[in-house]
Amino acid sequence: MDLNIMGDLNAPHSMGTTIIGVTYNGGVVLGADSRTSTGMYVANRASDKITELTDNVYVCRSGSAADSQIISDYVRYFLHQHTIQLGQPATVKVAANLVRLLAYNNKNMLQTGLIVGGWDKYEGGKIYGVPLGGTIIEQPFAIGGSGSSYLYGFFDQAWKEGMTKEEAEQLVVKAVSLAIARDGASGGVVRTVTINSEGVSRKFYPGDTLPLWHEELEAHNSLLDLLNAPGPEPMNI
Amino acid sequence: MESNQAKNSLLSSHDNIQRTQYPYVTGTSVVALKYKDGILMASDMGGSYGSTLRYKSVERLKPIGKHSLLGASGELSDFQEILRYLDELILYDNMWDDGNSLGPKEVHNYLTRVMYNRRNKFDPLWNTLVLGGVKNGQKYLGMVSHCYIFMQVSGNELYAFLVGFDNDTVVTVQVSMIGVNFEDDHVATGFGNHLARPILRDEWHENLSYEEGVKLLEKCMLVLLYRDRSAVNKLQIAKITEEGVTISQPYSLKTFWGFSAFQNPTVGAEGSW
Repeated sequence: MDLNIMGDLNAPHSMGTTIIGVTYNGGVVLGADSRTSTGMYVANRASDKITELTDNVYVCRSGSAADSQIISDYVRYFLHQHTIQLGQPATVKVAANLVRLLAYNNKNMLQTGLIVGGWDKYEGGKIYGVPLGGTIIEQPFAIGGSGSSYLYGFFDQAWKEGMTKEEAEQLVVKAVSLAIARDGASGGVVRTVTINSEGVSRKFYPGDTLPLWHEELEAHNSLLDLLNAPGPEPMNI
Repeated sequence: MESNQAKNSLLSSHDNIQRTQYPYVTGTSVVALKYKDGILMASDMGGSYGSTLRYKSVERLKPIGKHSLLGASGELSDFQEILRYLDELILYDNMWDDGNSLGPKEVHNYLTRVMYNRRNKFDPLWNTLVLGGVKNGQKYLGMVSHCYIFMQVSGNELYAFLVGFDNDTVVTVQVSMIGVNFEDDHVATGFGNHLARPILRDEWHENLSYEEGVKLLEKCMLVLLYRDRSAVNKLQIAKITEEGVTISQPYSLKTFWGFSAFQNPTVGAEGSW
């Protein structure tokens, strides 16, 4: 027993994860769960997997926590210099391609899947997926991480072009919440970051604000509350 | 006609014997403690399929006969097989119609034999069982021990607890795949050993009331829910006393996410977690 579990504590920190990026009419919404695990232990139940690259471009990180952090640190550094040299905010496409270069040229050593999303004045809201291997793919929406397996069918049915900001946010929250319900490697709270011409807005949805799915029950403080609850009202015959 | 089993050596790999080498659908921790009137035992209702939380209404606490309660973690198909064996055992016991009934000590012994014999055939039941019971306030101390052969160390183990009364004191014993671990006032399987036991060591005391016992178990189950990847927010708490077994309805616990540090954890340390 102990050998197995102790081995887990030395396992690399990996973000099981569910990450999502969705474009809407005017910008993008990025979403993620908040669970980071070492083996079967939840090392951090409130992590922040949506990381800033520039004021207008963010990245969702999945896979190895270390690998995704180091890539985003390098890209933030390069983009900072690029912004100074260019004299204006970097575009989402440039940010995504910098991510791709690192992921592709170090493909043998890295194990991380990323979703780059943001808003710039030329193209508006854009989402780029950069999966394992360093492919870059522009998509109207992208899903990633271990929890995304449970969402392919959901998005096939629920995704539509030209959503409003509210619709897109609700879709992302619902999707992450569904993935959390089934993926052991995802959990905690749902975080979203919405980016548009007006700027960036971060939101936080703790577990108790999310809808209940199949076989999930209303939460209580204790069994004792249920046992002490009053019985049903007698009928008035 | 020669039996295939007779022909093959124990170490042969091309035989047609079934062996549980890897668990597929598994249950996670079980936690149990002694209290004033008997034993309280808790487990969640999850059946994981690898990292997928596939089944969420699995009952892992079952009454056995009139005097025992069995909690199981590990491979669920093996647990179901064990329940079938026990069902037959109790049935034959009832057929004697002699006023006597199998107590926890006897059930424990039976399970020990079954598990051990399977282990000797290199075909273990991938479970750790907790068996608790009261009979005539009678002394009961039991454990189910078995070993598993591992080609590679992997997967979750099933933990068994034996719980019983021993000369008016309730005894809880944990039995793991490797052997008897210990006898204690409280036991847990799997992650429960690392997360729940420290809480119990700190807060358990003699003669807990039912309410105190439930609250303490819930505290343990909540930590497991936060920190065990295979935990599911739906649990049952069972109690066994001289009167008999009661297993609660399934219910969920409220989780807390309101720490201010959770709102924006990476402010000032962009890119960290």
